[in-house]
Amino acid sequence: MLNNDAKLSEKIFTDAIEKAPTRDGLGKGTVEAGKADREVVVLSADLGDSTRTAWFQKEFPERFVEVGVAEQNLATVAAGMAAVGKIPFIASYAAFSPGRNYEQIRTTIALNNVPVKVCGMHAGVSVGPDGATHQMLEDVAMMRALPNMIVVVPGDAEEGRKATIAAAKNGKPTYLRFGRDKVATFTSAETPFEIGKAYYLWKPEKSDVAIIAAGHLVYEALLAAKALEAAGVKVSVINSHTVKPLDEKTILEAVQEAGAVVTVEEHQIAGGFGSAVAELLAQKHPVPMEFVGMQNAFGQSGEPQELLHHYGLDAIGIQKAVEKVLARKTK
Amino acid sequence: MKHITDAQIATLEDKAREIRETIIHMLVAAKSGHTAGPLGMADIFTAFYFHILNHDPKNPDWEERDRLVLSNGHITPVRYAAMAHAGYFPVEECLTLRKLGSRLQGHPERDMLPGLETTSGPLGSGLSQAAGMAYAARMDGKKWRTYCAVSDGEQQEGNIWEGVMFAGKNKLHNLTAIMDRNNIQIEGMTEDVMPLEPLADKYRAFNWHVIEIDGHNMEEIVSAVEEAKAIYEKPTMILAHTIPGKGVKEIEFDYHWHGNPPKPEQEESFIAQIREAAKK
Repeated sequence: MLNNDAKLSEKIFTDAIEKAPTRDGLGKGTVEAGKADREVVVLSADLGDSTRTAWFQKEFPERFVEVGVAEQNLATVAAGMAAVGKIPFIASYAAFSPGRNYEQIRTTIALNNVPVKVCGMHAGVSVGPDGATHQMLEDVAMMRALPNMIVVVPGDAEEGRKATIAAAKNGKPTYLRFGRDKVATFTSAETPFEIGKAYYLWKPEKSDVAIIAAGHLVYEALLAAKALEAAGVKVSVINSHTVKPLDEKTILEAVQEAGAVVTVEEHQIAGGFGSAVAELLAQKHPVPMEFVGMQNAFGQSGEPQELLHHYGLDAIGIQKAVEKVLARKTK
Repeated sequence: MKHITDAQIATLEDKAREIRETIIHMLVAAKSGHTAGPLGMADIFTAFYFHILNHDPKNPDWEERDRLVLSNGHITPVRYAAMAHAGYFPVEECLTLRKLGSRLQGHPERDMLPGLETTSGPLGSGLSQAAGMAYAARMDGKKWRTYCAVSDGEQQEGNIWEGVMFAGKNKLHNLTAIMDRNNIQIEGMTEDVMPLEPLADKYRAFNWHVIEIDGHNMEEIVSAVEEAKAIYEKPTMILAHTIPGKGVKEIEFDYHWHGNPPKPEQEESFIAQIREAAKK
């Protein structure tokens, strides 16, 4: 059942639930952060509309920096600005930033330890028709391997807004991941958010499987939990929007109770969020584990929901993974 | 108009000799590192730390200081030596270069040593960072200037030209870059490996002001920086023609010395040559 403490949207399982892309959260969040702190600046690489950074540009044209189609410059100009006191958000498609400018992010942001907020937009297969070149699926792996880097993957537009505002205040190199397609806004303005904190969204009295999800598929995990409950399977759903640092306490508590775990993410299984959870559990509490994510494949053109289903990333795919891990657990 | 007196020039030249000697000592002690570039840039770094920069070695984080960004991080021994002689840290600490636990990393790290401004080594990313600093300074109406030392070899990096375009577009007149045009890179001469010329024309085409100088002539170095300060609506590139390994005849012009340190048995002779060259 839903965890009331999470104060999720009242319309959560109805057709009336609002839908918005998580990138809207970056647009709103940067405007709010910009109002709160004049050091906040936004840098764009010719993608202001689709990254929603144009919303900040409209409010604060003097703090909006256009670098053109030049992602290496996007990262390094921001690193220079951060070194002299600015709080730069840099936004491009994740395939290009951090895809193309990884070394600049590594050297001039992470090792340099300056508070640039790298915003990887259009992440995941749910980018849709643009196809594999634009569907970034390896960014979390790249970013979470970097020392000093905080990694946050918001699950809906409202969480994206909160993550953006929190990142503006954390004083650290931070990666924020956003998507193109609309997803259900399952959280509300009252839902708690703190970088580094995971929250139960769905919590039965005693769960048999812990579903731990990050990003666009958190709502799919909730849909799966609801369907599984109807079928008599008790699962918990934890929203772990912060991939690094993981909320070890909450995750271990959930996994110890359930004795089996399914991780859910719209990213390659190799090196992603599920890998981060596996690294934790292998050391502290190994249990049967299944991963919902891309299985060593690139995406392709198609409609977003169609692609999620095709690659087993929707609620149905999550239910199958739960069944699989339950079978392993009871063996 | 002269921007510097003969007496000041003589003082700077003697300081450059001391810095060259320190570079030799630190590289011998480190047993690895780059020799040609640091010796070739010793006059320019001396001019910056002892004449040009508005800075305070005892307060390296002073907000109103000029920023000096080193883009080609591998020549960092010259920067460490100049900083030590300027009073940022004890000269003896130079001998910890590249040793475990040292603040003087093989390539410079901002987080390790106050006064470095950036972390660099991978080529081509310093100019954009310097441009970001200059842009931020102008946003806030700050008077401090940003300087950026770049190499010629790293002009082969795409990131450089992204930064050049950005600085030109934004007319960053508070940004002055100085290029170590020594014509060598690891595999040979730049014009053989991947030709760069006409460099001055290229920068002019990107809306930069360009000044060409002898990078071992203190008066020219100082005058070029003064000229750059007077140029409005354009960033300036000072193309400094330098001799790699300047001061030691075995090293001068030889690209094999790009990434190798002197051996202990060469130390005495190299120091003697540097002292001899300084007398001329």
